Amino acid sequence: MSHTQIENQLAGRGTLLRDRVFMWSLFVSLAIGVLTLAVLLIYVTVKGWPRLDIRLFTNMPSVRDAENAGAQSAITGTIWVISFTALIALPTGVLAALHLEEFARPDSRFQRFIEVNIQNLAAVPSIVYGILGLAVFARALALGQSVITASLTLALLVLPVIIISTREALRAVPRNIRDGSLALGATEWQTAYRQTLPAAIPGIATGTILALSRAIGEAAPLLLLGAVSFITFNPDGVLSGYTTLPIQIFNWTKESREEFQVLAAATIVVLLLLLLAMNFVAIWIRNRTQKRW
Amino acid sequence: MALNTVDETAEGLSLRQSHPRYGEKVIRIILFAAAFVSIVTTFGILISLLIPSIEFFLEVPITDFLFGTTWTPLFNDGEFGVLPLLSGTIVITVIAIAVAIPLGLGASIYLSEYASSRVRKVLKPTLEVLAGIPTVVFGFFALEFLTQLVLIKIFPGIEVFNALSAGLIMGIMIIPTIASLSEDAMAAVPSGLRDGAYALGSTKRQTAMKVVIPAALSGIVAAFVLGISRAIGETMIVTIAAGLQPQLSFNPLIGMQTMTSYIAAAGSGDLATGSIEYKSIFAVGMLLFILTFVMNIFSIRLVRRFRQAYQ
Repeated sequence: MSHTQIENQLAGRGTLLRDRVFMWSLFVSLAIGVLTLAVLLIYVTVKGWPRLDIRLFTNMPSVRDAENAGAQSAITGTIWVISFTALIALPTGVLAALHLEEFARPDSRFQRFIEVNIQNLAAVPSIVYGILGLAVFARALALGQSVITASLTLALLVLPVIIISTREALRAVPRNIRDGSLALGATEWQTAYRQTLPAAIPGIATGTILALSRAIGEAAPLLLLGAVSFITFNPDGVLSGYTTLPIQIFNWTKESREEFQVLAAATIVVLLLLLLAMNFVAIWIRNRTQKRW
Repeated sequence: MALNTVDETAEGLSLRQSHPRYGEKVIRIILFAAAFVSIVTTFGILISLLIPSIEFFLEVPITDFLFGTTWTPLFNDGEFGVLPLLSGTIVITVIAIAVAIPLGLGASIYLSEYASSRVRKVLKPTLEVLAGIPTVVFGFFALEFLTQLVLIKIFPGIEVFNALSAGLIMGIMIIPTIASLSEDAMAAVPSGLRDGAYALGSTKRQTAMKVVIPAALSGIVAAFVLGISRAIGETMIVTIAAGLQPQLSFNPLIGMQTMTSYIAAAGSGDLATGSIEYKSIFAVGMLLFILTFVMNIFSIRLVRRFRQAYQ
């Protein structure tokens, strides 16, 4: 008897065939996701190719002149908005994570409440953050439809992600680094600031870059915050009007003329390349500085 | 006891801090304040939703809102029955989940039980790339590629804006969420359980289906619930590909408006702060927040219980 025959007899009739079918259907379900991704990338590249040129970077958006329209104000707007998002979210997130991981009493009721709250905030639909930004930043604080309104809103949106990834990075720093520092007479803050935090920086950087790349691609909350109007100038301050790449893509998909769909596809390629670059930086930091304790 | 004696006898060598460290206290307060921002955010969301919602329900009775079948906020004598928006949300969510649950679970079983570490090293990050694609890009893809190049050939009567393409692409978008959370859950199942099943003569499929999945079930269900919550809250795909027509219908081939796409469409216009249309954004937002909140908390609790079981 051959090996498979023996296996078949042990397992029962038809079991091995069912096993094989099962494994292939699992593989196919994984492949469908990967293939869709491949089709999507190829489709937008091919479709956007005719307009993937320098005009995209030098010219301003338009809904009339498809031939000469570009996405310059969307590119600069994205840079403005994301810079201030990072400036607000990164320190707040890291300090909050330091509190939760290094200073707060674990397992107190309040601590558990904060933790569940952060996990929930990470899953609140982004459009709800848009509503918050509209009611609080744009109208109540009268910041209007400006770069800073968008940055504050997106900062709140990515804050839970930054806190969660920073806490993981801090948790990966071994206990005895802290103990050694404390034993030499350092205070808790000195230990956290000079030992634990530096050791966790690669993890924090990776998590932050990934969180910011989520913010770069975000469009829904900005729809409520005034980015939809056609902006043909670069922002010149935090109270300036703005548009961003995802919003510009959205505006062009609404136009019925085919030229604008091509423009949208070309702008998508720019957006995806930007995200790809950020992800490479994140992976590079992780691989370069990965420490084995 | 031993510590006490050190403190009492060696006076010159006290291990206590020599002077109070006020700086340290200030820093602790700053850190706590940063952590407190998350709580302020939640209350900010609640209050900014609640106040205009209450004003809205003073004008539109809450029963008319919840059980009304017509949503015409921009008409002069507008009606505010949310059921058409709710049905649109449900239709698209059901389509998305019908795609994402089998594919996401299948992918996670493959990655956790079958894939060699080399294959996993390639496929897992690829799946994560899918999670990093902006939703506006998925929306564009659903409208321009799926509807106009594929679906229109299969269903000649399909509308340009339709629930089907939005739901299908949203399903693809949610696969990574479900796959990575379920895979985490399956990876946490102790290998002893698997070894026991193999020792009793189970095949790989039997082990996966009858041992690993039941053992990881609460984690997997948590992943499903989080996936549903994401589908309900997703905005850009539906705004771009599913149209902006409120319809109380379960026909996926026509255009529909969801709760999220109504908020996006109404909010992007320049509405006057006190108007009823402006307040309706918040009422719909409140309903959306409550629905997703219940699911998120349910999912968080399941994960917590699951972690406790295997620690």
